[in-house]
Amino acid sequence: MSEDRTRRVKLLYFAWVREKVGSGSEEIELPPELDTVSDLIGWLRARGPQFEQAFARPQAIRAALDKVHVKPAARIAGAREIAFFPPVTGG
Amino acid sequence: MAVRVQREDFDVTAETAALTAGDADIGAIVTFTGRVRADGGSVATMTVEHYPGMTEAELSRIEAEAQARWPLQASLIVHRVGELKAGDNIVLVVTASAHRQAAFEAAGFLMDYLKTRAPFWKKETDAAGKTAWVEARDHDESVGRRWS
Repeated sequence: MSEDRTRRVKLLYFAWVREKVGSGSEEIELPPELDTVSDLIGWLRARGPQFEQAFARPQAIRAALDKVHVKPAARIAGAREIAFFPPVTGG
Repeated sequence: MAVRVQREDFDVTAETAALTAGDADIGAIVTFTGRVRADGGSVATMTVEHYPGMTEAELSRIEAEAQARWPLQASLIVHRVGELKAGDNIVLVVTASAHRQAAFEAAGFLMDYLKTRAPFWKKETDAAGKTAWVEARDHDESVGRRWS
């Protein structure tokens, strides 16, 4: 596998997504066929019961690529840090 | 022009004085302080979590957008994180401009956008120790849209 085919990314989880997953962050190798944030959520759900539970309602999950909000259809190619969290509740 | 995320409390008077010192063209200053609401006793403490790095970046983007829309002489956003008690300060927004309209409108805009975009999450604990994540309100999202 060539250097640019390697897709090692940092995944971050916040608030109840973090609690359900059971961890705040991990480094992981992503399979090359994953194209969008939605694809990644589908793939994560199959990783185990805690992921299935955390991502059971994709419409309740928000995502950021390299610290910028994105929609589920956003392509993940090139992102180094991908974060998942509930809708924000600051202020 | 500044954004800060911090655990410690803030002093509205000192922050305002520091932000506006030396600028005699400022004719209007608006300050907004958000506090942890007890909600009739159902909230004893509140823990605020955030996404370090993205929070500051997002607050700076929101502030830049306000700067582009209104003629502001100065602005400041301070948001607290960590464990807070009912009645504690949680967020401060200060806007300063030559005339009051820009400062009033920009302060409202900053709070509306902060609530819909800045990556903070609140977890409440009641007097019995029961915890619950605060759910985002659809109302906040629709208020955020009124500026677009």
